Amino acid sequence: MKTKLFDYIERDNLIFRLSGLTKLICFICMTFSVMFSYDIRYILFVTVLSCVFFWMSELKFKQIKVMLIYVAIFLLLNFILTYLFSPVYGTEIYGTSHELFRFSKRYVVTQEQLLYQITKISKYASMVPMGMLFLLTTNPSEFAASLNRIGVSYKGTYALSLTLRYFPDIIREYNDIALAQQSRGLDFSKKEKFGQRVKNVVAVMVPLILSTLDRIDLISNAMDLRSFGKHKKRTWYVAEPLRKSDYIAIAVGILILAGSLLMTFLVNGGSRFWNPFI
Amino acid sequence: MADKSNQAVIEFRDFGFKYFSQMEPTLYDIDLTINKGEKVLIVGPSGSGKSTIGHCINGLIPFSMKGEITGSLKVCGQETKNSDIFSLSKHVGTVLQDSDGQFVGLSVGEDIAFALENDLVPVGEMRETVQKVADIVGMGSMLKSSPYELSGGQKQRVSFAGVMVDDVDILLFDEPLANLDPATGKTAIALIDDVHKQFGKTVIIIEHRLEDVLYRDVDRIIVISDGRIVADKSPDEIMASGILPELGIREPLYVTAMKYAGIEVTPEMHAGRMETLDTAAVKEPLLKWASQKIQKEEQPERPVILEAEHMDFQYTSRRKNLQDINFRIHEGEMVSIVGTNGAGKSTLAKVICGFVHEDKGCIRYYGEDIKDWTIKERGQKIGYVMQNPNQMISKPMIYDEVALGLKIRGASEDVIEERVDKALRVCGLYPFKKWPVSALSFGQKKRVTIASMLVLDPQILILDEPTAGQDYRHYTDIMEFLKSLNDSGVTIIMITHDMHLMLEYTPHAIVIHDGRIIGDSSAVDILTDEEIAGKASLKLTSLYELALKIGAEDPAAFVDHFITYEREVVRK
Repeated sequence: MKTKLFDYIERDNLIFRLSGLTKLICFICMTFSVMFSYDIRYILFVTVLSCVFFWMSELKFKQIKVMLIYVAIFLLLNFILTYLFSPVYGTEIYGTSHELFRFSKRYVVTQEQLLYQITKISKYASMVPMGMLFLLTTNPSEFAASLNRIGVSYKGTYALSLTLRYFPDIIREYNDIALAQQSRGLDFSKKEKFGQRVKNVVAVMVPLILSTLDRIDLISNAMDLRSFGKHKKRTWYVAEPLRKSDYIAIAVGILILAGSLLMTFLVNGGSRFWNPFI
Repeated sequence: MADKSNQAVIEFRDFGFKYFSQMEPTLYDIDLTINKGEKVLIVGPSGSGKSTIGHCINGLIPFSMKGEITGSLKVCGQETKNSDIFSLSKHVGTVLQDSDGQFVGLSVGEDIAFALENDLVPVGEMRETVQKVADIVGMGSMLKSSPYELSGGQKQRVSFAGVMVDDVDILLFDEPLANLDPATGKTAIALIDDVHKQFGKTVIIIEHRLEDVLYRDVDRIIVISDGRIVADKSPDEIMASGILPELGIREPLYVTAMKYAGIEVTPEMHAGRMETLDTAAVKEPLLKWASQKIQKEEQPERPVILEAEHMDFQYTSRRKNLQDINFRIHEGEMVSIVGTNGAGKSTLAKVICGFVHEDKGCIRYYGEDIKDWTIKERGQKIGYVMQNPNQMISKPMIYDEVALGLKIRGASEDVIEERVDKALRVCGLYPFKKWPVSALSFGQKKRVTIASMLVLDPQILILDEPTAGQDYRHYTDIMEFLKSLNDSGVTIIMITHDMHLMLEYTPHAIVIHDGRIIGDSSAVDILTDEEIAGKASLKLTSLYELALKIGAEDPAAFVDHFITYEREVVRK
């Protein structure tokens, strides 16, 4: 009965061997580069790159399938809603209007609007392989260490680590309590009226919260007894020293970010948008 | 030990302590010196202040738990109240009772390294130390394992290693046996002893399971009662003094047997530990006592209330969690289900309550297959009581909590009140009818959870570890209460680790190992069967060992005699 937040399966390849710190920095650089730029050519380039990295990591497609479905639904909704609320935003941005056809007086479809919306969607879509890559190839133990190494306070990052550690315990406890309450007659299924069901869930949450508070007390004592918080810094058992491949990867990450800035300032003349209509 | 220098590492002088949240002090006039290299056991009933002494030594008092200190306490020559918890943790390593809660790392290696990380030890050196210490406790090959892959005993070893990395002088164990099965507890005590001998550490063990700790030698036993030290003697002298039963602490069963046989225990008998006991002096009277005949109450044959036939269950396709389970429980029986952690005891209870469903075979209630009964329907016949009452109580008021099950089932107010009153009376809680739950002790809360099952008028009660973490007095309270329920006709099934409980209260025991039933017989038979006990990590009772030592012809009969004597002569 293992319920973990995510399913980390260790593999031996270049991507997995990179330190968590490297992966975090690359993730931030690549995310920033696609968030900053509205140049679809560059966004597609970064997307292709991250797909290549994904392929290199030997992750299985089925590991991200569910996530992909959610993202696809989200993107589709986003696409439709953007159009419904501002069908001519594209022409405002690009300053021209190349009409293709129109549904009604208000809802006109222009090349500009299409380009704008596709660019926006590809920005979000490109995040999926990157984010998944970072989450699924970084040992959960390394998250806290990596965040701390880029300057986040270790007390904060350790809270993240503790969440990963105790989350499954709390889920298990919730299940146990829920079962015991069910045998007393509390119904959590759809047979029960909604209001009563909410009350029944509260009957599980009360003991769960109380026992979680007890647990927190115990954990903080255990941590005090082992000198947590003694110094301003701490070292990390899981922290890997940076190797040559890490430096190369970080360099690649920074180049991608720099590329995004260069595209904006040199190619597109200071605009974040690529305008093929002028 | 001859090489023991008389260098004091812990010195309490006229020491007293009062928690800010409490009216009365918890500790009074403590004068206690513990020397370097000593191994000391601190015992006392629940609420005696023994854990508070531990908290004072490791610095949780006064740095995390606030209160008022009087007198002086020096640890390694340093006055604790002028020190801080971090410097104290360099001298005193504490292994807490709950080895799961104190496992803060995501893997074994990280958890052991925790203190080193906080001390800014460089990674290379840290990994070396972790490996070295993990090897000492036998966890060296499991550094990458996550806590979910470990047993309770292994988690405790990790906690142990986690304090050893600091190379502390004093090791403090707060109820190390509380969550372990008997055989694992034995290994834990052996490990503590090995480390004590090999590295010359000062060891302090706080525990009320005296007999299990005394599996290995200790230098002194310090007895605490009502916040004061009432005895500070060698184990042999403590056994001879007879002070333990007076305070509600269980003495080893073999000592009790000697007393039943009319033997006056003296320090010269070396009754502190089974191994050192001078059997020559006690042999004759014991054998004579065991040959007495006691009239046993005859139990009439009763119908089968619950049975399982060729029942299989698995959570995932990989492994069968329960396999070919067959048993019969008769109406009015008191049954214990025993076995190691993960053997399938709790899973069996879950199948019976309908939380999960059997894959093959069937479970019958009075001969009727209950496959199609819902959890709610089963709940009316079979009540399930969790180990920790805090996990079950969801209403602030006792009356509401007990009434909950009836309210859900739509009973009228009159019926509810009548049945709640009845359940509260049975559980001895009637005077507290209008009280909030928070005003009750742990044992009373346990009764509330039992009362909230009893209102539904179940024929069977399943209790998960009903006495875990309770001292002898509370244990006896709870068990005598369950016995009286049982006498009134409720069939009681208990999942337990406690061999004493099994021996004393449940004539019928079912042993589960690796998802199968490997023993289904009387408790005495099981606890004197070396093969079953070995497989299921049970501990043979010390009575059995005593019987072997004095050369009793039929050791099982000797154990049986003890139980019958206790039930028919002592308790009547």
